[in-house]
Amino acid sequence: MSLLEVKDLKTQFFTRDGVVRAVDGVSFQLDAGETLGIVGESGCGKSVTALSLMRLIPQPPGKITEGSIMFDGQDVLKMDDDDVRGIRGNNIAMIFQDPMTSLNPVLTISRQISEALELHLKMDRSEARRRTVELLELVGIPSAKKRLDDYPHQFSGGMRQRVMIAMALSCNPKLILADEPTTALDVTIQAQVLQILKDLAREFRTAFILITHDLGIVAGMTQRVHVMYAGRIVEKADTGELYANPKMPYTWGLLRSIPRLDEVRKEKLVPIEGLPPDLISPPPGCKFEPRCQYRKEICHEREPDLIPVPNAKPDHEARCWGTQRVPGGGWLVDLDWQSEIGDMAVLEQIKAEVAQVAAEAERATPGDLPPGVSQKEGI
Amino acid sequence: MLTYVVRRVLLLFPTLFVVAVIVFALAHAAPGSPFDPNPDRPLPPQTVERLNRYYGVDRPLYEQFAMYMGNLVRLDLGRSLVQDRTVAQIIGQQFPVSAQLGLQALFLALAIALPLGVISALRQNSAIDHGGILLATLGTTVPSFVVAIFAIYLFGLNLGLVPLVGWGTPKHMILPTAILALGATAFLTRITRASMLEAIRQDYVRTARSKGLSEQTIVVWHVLRNAMIPVATIIGPATAALVTGSFIIEWFFAIPGIGREFVLSINRRDYPLIMGVYLLYALIIAVANLVVDIVYGLIDPRIRVSK
Ligand SMILES: Nc1ncnc2c1ncn2[C@@H]1O[C@H](COP(=O)(O)OP(=O)(O)OP(=O)(O)O)[C@@H](O)[C@H]1O
Ligand code: SF4
Ligand SMILES: [Mg+2]
Repeated sequence: MSLLEVKDLKTQFFTRDGVVRAVDGVSFQLDAGETLGIVGESGCGKSVTALSLMRLIPQPPGKITEGSIMFDGQDVLKMDDDDVRGIRGNNIAMIFQDPMTSLNPVLTISRQISEALELHLKMDRSEARRRTVELLELVGIPSAKKRLDDYPHQFSGGMRQRVMIAMALSCNPKLILADEPTTALDVTIQAQVLQILKDLAREFRTAFILITHDLGIVAGMTQRVHVMYAGRIVEKADTGELYANPKMPYTWGLLRSIPRLDEVRKEKLVPIEGLPPDLISPPPGCKFEPRCQYRKEICHEREPDLIPVPNAKPDHEARCWGTQRVPGGGWLVDLDWQSEIGDMAVLEQIKAEVAQVAAEAERATPGDLPPGVSQKEGI
Repeated sequence: MLTYVVRRVLLLFPTLFVVAVIVFALAHAAPGSPFDPNPDRPLPPQTVERLNRYYGVDRPLYEQFAMYMGNLVRLDLGRSLVQDRTVAQIIGQQFPVSAQLGLQALFLALAIALPLGVISALRQNSAIDHGGILLATLGTTVPSFVVAIFAIYLFGLNLGLVPLVGWGTPKHMILPTAILALGATAFLTRITRASMLEAIRQDYVRTARSKGLSEQTIVVWHVLRNAMIPVATIIGPATAALVTGSFIIEWFFAIPGIGREFVLSINRRDYPLIMGVYLLYALIIAVANLVVDIVYGLIDPRIRVSK
């Protein structure tokens, strides 16, 4: 059984200007210990998806209008508020984008980590404090013991995000949602923080969903990737498969716009032309159609489904007429996508990272938990 | 922290000196003299001259200033030009009345405004919220003398529940305290509500929710303390404004406070009294700010001064 199974999730915001269809029929599943990347441009519904999983959508104006979220065999959307609170922080934890504003400025670091330990694991204050030191050491905060009673403003951005990771890991959750955990940090710190997240999630055997707008980041981080656009998943694949064999013009666009550290690449960085559609009144057919250079008549008329693509691994799906062998479709199936993207050096580098993740996932065997961590029972 | 407090207390002295200079200059820049000829009660010229000499009003300004500062250092604020009391005596007798009235009003205002503001914010658009907004609007828009007239008429004349005017028994204090508290309550309710709403939509509240904390824990631990930071900074000036006495209320209810005395002293050009009360006010405001800064540091670690 999957750890998480999301079916046809729809989350909408009822605003004065109309109904924003922020997440519009998203389905995916995740096994225990598995890692998944959700990638897409700003505003495509990544954060709303993650917040929906924990029922943290501000209501009003937001509302989850349809779908089911089966977590560990229970539908999160059907739970009462107490049960949802019992899951939050305990079974599903979240790391937010901006470590500057996501920590409470008037509470000490130790308080902010301990409160979840006291709540969910029923630790007393001194026990929770001791555990907090261990957690802070785990995420690599120097002289953790001395820094327990420091306040967030006394930490740098990268250190604060480590604190957030420690907080997310504190109750040994089964799933961590990391929503652009490094976007607010500078590049060198980004790499460190991602490495810590990856290592610890593996040690704790925690499944995680990494949300980012940068396809380059998920490469070395997750086993599978889902590409989102305008509130929908538009391409799903194993990470290796996605980089080796991307199918959708939108995914090609994302690959082309991966920022790299070296200067040459920076100059050639090609953002996708145009803007994502207005989610109040999106285009009638394919949501990417207004910006797609491969579009045909059919793209404007009807919206394609998310279905398996030919010439690919079986669980590789795309939402694009060009990849579907239906009447009037399929014109992208045999296209040489590599010549469409250009710059292969980047992709080679990414593929190396992907291979490494796959190897690491192979190696990770059950039973090698770090000291002091016990595998949690079902809910 | 302690050295910080000591340093701030020491800083009060230069502040007060500057205030003394300004007050002295302003009082003397105002045209006229306390012994200007009064058509109703003509004084013989020799008397005026003698009075001027006795009080030093005829001396050059710098001499008057030196004299004033010399006395000030010995805490001698001089004698009233009009009344047969020293300034220190007047302040000593009348400031406590205003201070008591002001502090009562402050506590009443806080007791109403803090819970009301918090609940209004937590239950937006509920009956309590609308009531709070109504009170806040009325309290800031309706002048206190209108409320005073209305209240005296209703509670004093019609219902006969409380004495009309005067000071001394608790019954005397009810109306003026309540009316004085009204403006402050309105103001503090607004600030409390606004800063609660501001705090509630911060990212760290979402983080707290993501940890599974109950709404109650979130409000008490994560929201309230942040929301109280702006409120705390307002309480200082509000206290200063309340304890320095309200002319209108003291005058309306015939309360022997310093607020009424001060306005009368300005009309009478009672220089020593004006200057004395001004200095008192400056001291109160400076102390209020000092207390706010210390409290601020206790609530908000970001500006806490080390050691
Ligand atoms: N509270 C809200 N009220 C109205 N609309 C909202 C609200 N929160 C999100 N939305 C809308 O939902 C859509 C998806 O937002 P979301 O935050 O999930 O995007 P995202 O993919 O996380 O983008 P980013 O990379 O900028 O974080 C956006 O169009 C946004 O305007
Ligand atoms: S369906 Fe058409 S418009 Fe949409 S991505 Fe495919 S080719 Fe482009
Ligand atoms: Mg987001």
